[in-house]
Amino acid sequence: MDLRFTEEERAFRRMVRDFIDRTLPDETRERMASGRTPTKAQWGWWHGKLHEQGWSVPDWAQEHGGPGWTPVQRYIFREELQQAPAPQPQQFGTMMVGPVIIAFGSEAQKSRFLPGIRSGKDWWCQGFSEPGAGSDLASLKTSARRVGEHYIVNGQKTWTTLAHWADWIFTLVRTDPNAKRKQEGIGFLLIDMKSPGITVRPIVTIDGEHEINEVFFDDVKVPVENMVGDETRGWDCAKFLLSNERTGQARVGMSKERIRRLKRIAAEAPSGGRPLIEDIRFRERLAAVEVELKALEITTMRVVAAEQKALGERKPDPASSLLKVKGSEILQSISALMVEAAGPYGLAAPMAAAPEGANEPEIVPDWAAMAQPIWMNWRKLSIYGGTNEIQRNIMAKAFLGL
Amino acid sequence: MDFDLSEEQRLLRESLTRLLADRYGFEARKGYAREPEGWSRAMWAAYAELGLLGLPFAEAEGGYGGGAVETMLVAEALGEALTLEPWLATVVLGGGFLRHGARAERRAALVPAIARGSLLLAFASTEAQSRWDLHDVATTAKRDGDGWVLEGRKLVVLHGDVADRLVVTARSGGGRRDRAGIGVFLVDAKAPGLTRRGHRTNDGRRAAEVTLAGVRVAAEDVLGDPADGLPLIERVVDEAIAALAAEAVGVMVAAQKLTLDYLKMRKQFGVPIGSFQVLQHKAADVMMAIEQSRSMAMYAAMSLEEPDPLERGRAMSAVKAQIGRAAKFVAEETVQMHGGIGITMEYAVAHCMARLGAIEAMFGNAEFHLRRLAETGGLIPA
Repeated sequence: MDLRFTEEERAFRRMVRDFIDRTLPDETRERMASGRTPTKAQWGWWHGKLHEQGWSVPDWAQEHGGPGWTPVQRYIFREELQQAPAPQPQQFGTMMVGPVIIAFGSEAQKSRFLPGIRSGKDWWCQGFSEPGAGSDLASLKTSARRVGEHYIVNGQKTWTTLAHWADWIFTLVRTDPNAKRKQEGIGFLLIDMKSPGITVRPIVTIDGEHEINEVFFDDVKVPVENMVGDETRGWDCAKFLLSNERTGQARVGMSKERIRRLKRIAAEAPSGGRPLIEDIRFRERLAAVEVELKALEITTMRVVAAEQKALGERKPDPASSLLKVKGSEILQSISALMVEAAGPYGLAAPMAAAPEGANEPEIVPDWAAMAQPIWMNWRKLSIYGGTNEIQRNIMAKAFLGL
Repeated sequence: MDFDLSEEQRLLRESLTRLLADRYGFEARKGYAREPEGWSRAMWAAYAELGLLGLPFAEAEGGYGGGAVETMLVAEALGEALTLEPWLATVVLGGGFLRHGARAERRAALVPAIARGSLLLAFASTEAQSRWDLHDVATTAKRDGDGWVLEGRKLVVLHGDVADRLVVTARSGGGRRDRAGIGVFLVDAKAPGLTRRGHRTNDGRRAAEVTLAGVRVAAEDVLGDPADGLPLIERVVDEAIAALAAEAVGVMVAAQKLTLDYLKMRKQFGVPIGSFQVLQHKAADVMMAIEQSRSMAMYAAMSLEEPDPLERGRAMSAVKAQIGRAAKFVAEETVQMHGGIGITMEYAVAHCMARLGAIEAMFGNAEFHLRRLAETGGLIPA
């Protein structure tokens, strides 16, 4: 038993870090550090650089254009991106639909879709949730009716992150309304966002930002060759997708980066005539988060090491539920401590959010103005991808046999 | 990065688990607890035979050359069976002082006796005013010719009632809370001037109040530097914290197993109570707390190799803080999920809670270590 990384793994980490330091534009890094989503141009450019390097699809097998990394290398790569902080490869393509196409798709679908995902030319979004299908995803109603060589899609998806940037959407659609179980009769369908009959309506979130959307489908014609796998077995693809990405859920690198930032801020922010970091209550709360994070880091490494041993075999594991719950709770705690550090500045909205104020001098520091919006926005961490309550259900059933 | 056990480590764990499954069921344990010393001499002999009592000592000195991982495995198994024997006091604490503080000839004389099971040790550190501050020592050590004379009173000395020798901290110089001027002394329990009053502990073990009135200690029984023994004390206590973390994981696993069985078996409103989501979520939270604790027990074992004592101390504070919080949570929730039966002596989960409470009371609780970690800058540099 040895928790240390090998010399080769440490060298790999240095190589990744050097590349990031050399390549990542300061503007992108600063925007990430402020807690904002990178602009489409920043993200797209960065994804392109990763692609040139052969690193844009870290989890894919070499035969599909992946770098052929071990689970430990993939973990290090993601951690380094998070700590920089730099954007991850575009997640909806590389981590979600790409692996589904590789596992369930036809050869034609692979050669058609995988290159655009790797290069970042195609932006993807995820059409799963509906107004009436959240935690109970399988009750979804958006229908795909087969007419000749097309499906006619009608219905509505919601909470669709970055749909306004996307070229494609991967959807779960009901193909057989008479199936015995609601999980049956669902298809996994790829839809061109430029198709006539698609309407994207922005949803502004609690922090005043536009990240998510509603997507309406009104008699949208989709060629049958865009169905991934059997038209009634899409639920298998969805389950695979939701439990596929495991160790990234913990976001250990991201939490470390936020804690470093918080410590630098608290060393400056005044409280009772001295820096906030000297307030023992604040430091104890911060230390408690660091302790949980250390435990989560080791737990994550245990999962990574188990993956390393079971190389090639990638089956869903309930460990991902634990990593997601703990990872989101830790980030949310950090966001609350950042609000604590902001103090009265918590009132001020970030200026960059107001288009007319973008070039004005700062009134309160940007980090302080961003603290409340991030604290509010990060509620999403325990809601999306299966709420933390759903994750507890999964643990109780899959791990504990209840 | 590698979480695998070696073949020898797997074998050690398997043979101990088998021994405990055969001879340390809950009913057998009740019998051991009723013995005069509060634990089983027969089991102690069985541990000796298995090599547990000489585990951490060098092979050349009569031990088995086990490291932190071996200690972790044994502590977890002993915890899961809720064993009562003085393994922590004798082997981890007492043994730790011998390994890091005694001269080779002293070890050569004592280690074989420990490994055989014929020598019991205990660590006498806590005082009325000290709480968990290892450097807060009012007991004095005054030079007397070649040797020393000790005066003072030590409290809640775990297994101090039966120990053959006590490892006593005493001040050879400086003020009561100074970090310098503390010595560590190996004292014969039958030495003139030493009196002890044994008592029960809340987890069904025994401890003692130890009074030292002009107790003479020979020069050869000084462990480490008599004027600067705190680094030695901290080293050994860090090893004890790592062992306690692993033991706590074992106890938590035992409480979890009992609870999961109960949730599946116990019916109310016509269905197993484990079908209720409110209890399923509690059970999931317990599971997460245990997995996080297991990670921290591993981190503890690995961190003992850390050469910088400050770094090591920070790591151990993180470990004890996490273990303390998790242990309290798991104890309270597993008892709650049992309902009334959970708070009876006739049912094992109550004994799990008692042991977890005892672990929290030893070498600093979660709040103590969180504060220590906070004061020393936390784990992640800014």
